Amino acid sequence: MRIDARALLAAVLLAGAAALAPVGAAAAEQAAGGEEAGAGKWGADWQSWHAGNDVSDRASLQRGARNFVSYCLGCHSLKYERWSRLGQDLGIPPSLLQENLLRPGDKPTDYMLTIMPPADAQAWFGKSAPDISLIARARSRDYLYQFLKTFYVDPARQTGVGNLRVLTAMPHVLAELEGLKRAVFREVTTRGEGGAVVHEQVFDHFEQLVPGRLSAAEYDGFVRDTVNFLDYVSEPTQTARRALGWWVVLFLLDFTWLAWLVKRAYWKDVH
Amino acid sequence: MAVKTTTGAAAPLPAADAAPAAKQGFWAWLNKRMPVDDFIASQLTGYYASKNLNFWYFFGSLSVLVLVVQLLSGMYLTMFYKSGELTSFDSVQYIMREVDYGWLIRYLHSTGASAFFIVVYLHMFRALLYGSYRAPRELLWLIGMLVYLALMAEAFLGYVLPWGNMSFWAAQVIVNLFSTVPLVGPALVIWISGDYGIADATLNRFFALHVAVVPLALLLLVMLHLVALHQVGSNNPDGVEINDRRRADGKPLDGIPFHPYYTVKDVVGVGVFFVLFAIVLFFAPTLGGLFLETTNFEPANPLSTPEHITPAWYFTPFYAILRAVPSKGMGALLLLLSVAAYLFLPWLDRSPVKSMRYKGWMSRTALALFTVSFVVLAYLGMQPAEGLYVVLARIFAFIYFLYFIAMPFYTYFEKVKPVPERVTYHAH
Repeated sequence: MRIDARALLAAVLLAGAAALAPVGAAAAEQAAGGEEAGAGKWGADWQSWHAGNDVSDRASLQRGARNFVSYCLGCHSLKYERWSRLGQDLGIPPSLLQENLLRPGDKPTDYMLTIMPPADAQAWFGKSAPDISLIARARSRDYLYQFLKTFYVDPARQTGVGNLRVLTAMPHVLAELEGLKRAVFREVTTRGEGGAVVHEQVFDHFEQLVPGRLSAAEYDGFVRDTVNFLDYVSEPTQTARRALGWWVVLFLLDFTWLAWLVKRAYWKDVH
Repeated sequence: MAVKTTTGAAAPLPAADAAPAAKQGFWAWLNKRMPVDDFIASQLTGYYASKNLNFWYFFGSLSVLVLVVQLLSGMYLTMFYKSGELTSFDSVQYIMREVDYGWLIRYLHSTGASAFFIVVYLHMFRALLYGSYRAPRELLWLIGMLVYLALMAEAFLGYVLPWGNMSFWAAQVIVNLFSTVPLVGPALVIWISGDYGIADATLNRFFALHVAVVPLALLLLVMLHLVALHQVGSNNPDGVEINDRRRADGKPLDGIPFHPYYTVKDVVGVGVFFVLFAIVLFFAPTLGGLFLETTNFEPANPLSTPEHITPAWYFTPFYAILRAVPSKGMGALLLLLSVAAYLFLPWLDRSPVKSMRYKGWMSRTALALFTVSFVVLAYLGMQPAEGLYVVLARIFAFIYFLYFIAMPFYTYFEKVKPVPERVTYHAH
């Protein structure tokens, strides 16, 4: 029943959006501020969008952690990440962690697990929401970035939205921030195997229907921070890894140079 | 340490200078009971290698180095890894996140696996280049091939252990190859898996084989490889037997003691190797999905087949050959032959000279084409088996086998250059 309610909600949103379309488009244009959303029609190049995140940017990771706890943790677990580890790596003092991120009853040494019962997920979405501790490594950062930025209204689907990146059971949980957008497809006719005419729907561009709470640029930053956080969670030691790497390589270069001097000295008497 | 050497005056040796044969105290006590001095003298300071060994001769000692890296890092991983359908994947993440420097140990081991194949392939290429498989080194070559087979088994078994989705499906594909064995095929697959599919039982026995059985076999074979090497002596880029020309004291005229000359030289090789190794380990441990596949960051899932099942990069040339054939049985047979073909090299090569330096244009062309086909097949093995990829795989598989099949002919009929009596060496 809930699924129907969601579809209904999407349909209502869509109808409302259609009525408000001119207003929405204008607002989106204003909000976008020259970024890719600027022209009112955008997104044709979505497959080449890069996350461009930086895991050494702590402020971004902290914002990403906030985003994750507010919008993702309701359904998705990070079963390999402890709250205390998060605090340590991201420079969040225990008191702040306790006040702002931990849920009542959670201990800092607990793993970041969702409280949504799997049975509910099964009933609502047809599948349980996957643990996404490693999603950034399994799929890539760019994939996640493109995924979170290519939801579009699709009343035909149970969640009311479709996604360009992947066929997903996930609703557009960030819709209140991004607003709603429509995907415009164009028909492309090609000759398939055996000369049969094939009509294909190819994505052309997005059009903003309803503005969200964030401007296009702000939403972009929101997604980037969130992807950055997931990138960090997929390999929490990566910053330490690179930092140690420089020293190891420097030492080895030094060692190799000395070894070469020794070799040269020994080989002087080989004629 | 007092090291007794038997070298003559012609080549003054630092080790000999530093070692007045003062045999007393603990050292004498030890040597009475264990031939330490004799061993060092016969295997290091008294083992003579040609003085013109070049860049290509680094990869033997580097293989041993990587073997040691794998044994040590593997030992640490074993302390934290929990083999089992429900625990393997999680325990690897536990190592990556919660074990102190666990990530370093794990990356050492995963990067080491690929590095092992890189150095071994270069080591084998060296043998093809300079005819190191020729008499009197046939047995050395055969033992080396057994080392390679053991290494392939070890790598495959280890690849399954993290129990990622590619681990699972690669195991599925490889184990099912045994179903093509006549008569007993299907039963053999169940016997190997220990279940009716790749499952917990398979994972646990693969763990046992990976950490105990195969490494022991590998160590034994590597030891035999070294024993055989020291019996016949190292080949060299000229393919000239240095033992044929000796000084008055019986030492080879163009030979120098392995220690200290090649030990200090190999340490330089070790340094350069470790620099490259560290760059990959610290800055690109997955090497864009080549050393650690992205699909393997998802836990094993029998219900979700990856879009393209591919083995690790070092198996892809053989995998491409397997898939180039429409029939599974024939494909498996060709796969077997593509690996086994190397065993026959000592008898396929009928050239009067060993080294590529003196072989003719046909041998050179053949080796060049073979090398290209190996690399192209490696690439094709990573691509989906469809369309042009399959056509190319067939063409290059043909070239691959032609290298072996045609070898008796092109090596026999081609015009070779005269081999010098002594090795070519220009002092630096």
